[in-house]
Amino acid sequence: MTAPLAQIGAATLGGLAALGRLVLFTAQTLSHLVRPPFYGREFGAALVQIGFFSLPVVGLTALFTGGALALQIYAGGARFSAEAVVPQIVAIGMVRELGPVLVGLMIAARVTSSIAAEIATMKVTEQIDALVTLSTDPLKYLALPRVLAATLVMPVLVAVGDIIGIFGGYLVGTQRLGFNAAAYLQNTADFLTVTDILSSLVKGAVFGFIAALVGCYYGMHSTRGAMGVGQATKSGVVAAAVLILAANFILTEAFFSA
Amino acid sequence: MITLENVHTSFGPNKVLRGVNLTVGKGRSMVVIGGSGTGKSVLIKSVLGLVATDRGTITVDGTDITRTDRDVLLARFGMLFQGAALFDSLPVWQNVAFRLLRGALKRPRAEARAIALDKLRRVGLSADVADRLPAELSGGMQKRVGLARAICADPEIIFFDEPTTGLDPIMAGVINDLIRDIVTDLGVTAITITHDMSSVRAIADDVAMLHDGIIRWTGPGAALDTADDPYLQQFINGRSTGPMTAIR
Repeated sequence: MTAPLAQIGAATLGGLAALGRLVLFTAQTLSHLVRPPFYGREFGAALVQIGFFSLPVVGLTALFTGGALALQIYAGGARFSAEAVVPQIVAIGMVRELGPVLVGLMIAARVTSSIAAEIATMKVTEQIDALVTLSTDPLKYLALPRVLAATLVMPVLVAVGDIIGIFGGYLVGTQRLGFNAAAYLQNTADFLTVTDILSSLVKGAVFGFIAALVGCYYGMHSTRGAMGVGQATKSGVVAAAVLILAANFILTEAFFSA
Repeated sequence: MITLENVHTSFGPNKVLRGVNLTVGKGRSMVVIGGSGTGKSVLIKSVLGLVATDRGTITVDGTDITRTDRDVLLARFGMLFQGAALFDSLPVWQNVAFRLLRGALKRPRAEARAIALDKLRRVGLSADVADRLPAELSGGMQKRVGLARAICADPEIIFFDEPTTGLDPIMAGVINDLIRDIVTDLGVTAITITHDMSSVRAIADDVAMLHDGIIRWTGPGAALDTADDPYLQQFINGRSTGPMTAIR
């Protein structure tokens, strides 16, 4: 009779304990921001790895999404003679929601998995222990540069994604749906507000922070063996994706609630 | 001198060390032997501070390691890991000079590279390997690079975790000779854990046998064969029958 309740209780306590560990890990990682030494080379490498090498996947995702969005809005708008709102809705949809969320999810897939697998493998092969014996704090050397780089570079990636997404919509709108090119761009520019753009960049920074931090956390806490590496990677991506979507709701509420 | 007194270490319900007492004299080469899973790695990781002990004290030259600045303590240590534990993303020379490229011991890059090349020569590797990645090296070469990294910052105490595991007998002999030479030439204190008896005979001044979480026997390496401990004799002679039972 009480078994289901006990299971719910155990699951709740387990979830709270995991949250507590993640918060503690976050605090420990961020504490290195104000404690030298700083590893500039590792930060630079992470910036290139997370930022530059993510550009193709971000660009392609945004391009196709922007194009598809234009088609959907045109088809949907046609039901109540509102086809003309395609430029405005593509712009607002990409900048407020789809740009940051899709880039965040792509980064969770690409960066969180890569960080979690790399650090978990380092743990399995005793490279983390080796770092400690070489007087190097693994959080300072491995986690902080990645978290910092992802937090700083994600707004740039989101901005690129927003622009390419709008461009995707523009291409479909002008080449397939018959919109006037100048009018399309004018409508886009007129409709977007500073708050729209700011919310997009802030979401990008928060999602980047989450993606890298969660990857580091699951990598550092992986269990031994190949199975442990696989589990850390899978759990990292799932947790990052869920946290990004939850954070997106909270930030949307904060920026745009009436 | 390193002293362990009544050291207990456990992982959840699994009690690995159950009261280890061990003394390693300054400049001596102590080899800890014991079967797989007896806690040999946990023992040296406890001294290094990589694993927290439940109780007991570990002192280095009379100072409790829990009351010493961790970085100061670690600066006195070098460690060769079982799988070498080289950093995949760094070329060999940066692995060797890792400590000299960052942190308190940071040197100019050119100087750090020169020291790394010198240490590589010391372990029998030419400068040709310096710019290669660890994955491009054989297991024996990786062990040598690990050894060069362990001695790069001139430590006073070096730990060797299963230094010959996974190597062919000839390469194992080369590594044993290197360890013996380095310990003698540098005058360092060494703690090696292994179950390779040829290693034990090649590098040990003193031997301790760990079994069931405690040190069962300790004595000079030369006394191994004449010791009357039945556990020790079963282990060093590789007998399947005796007081220790293997899970079949």
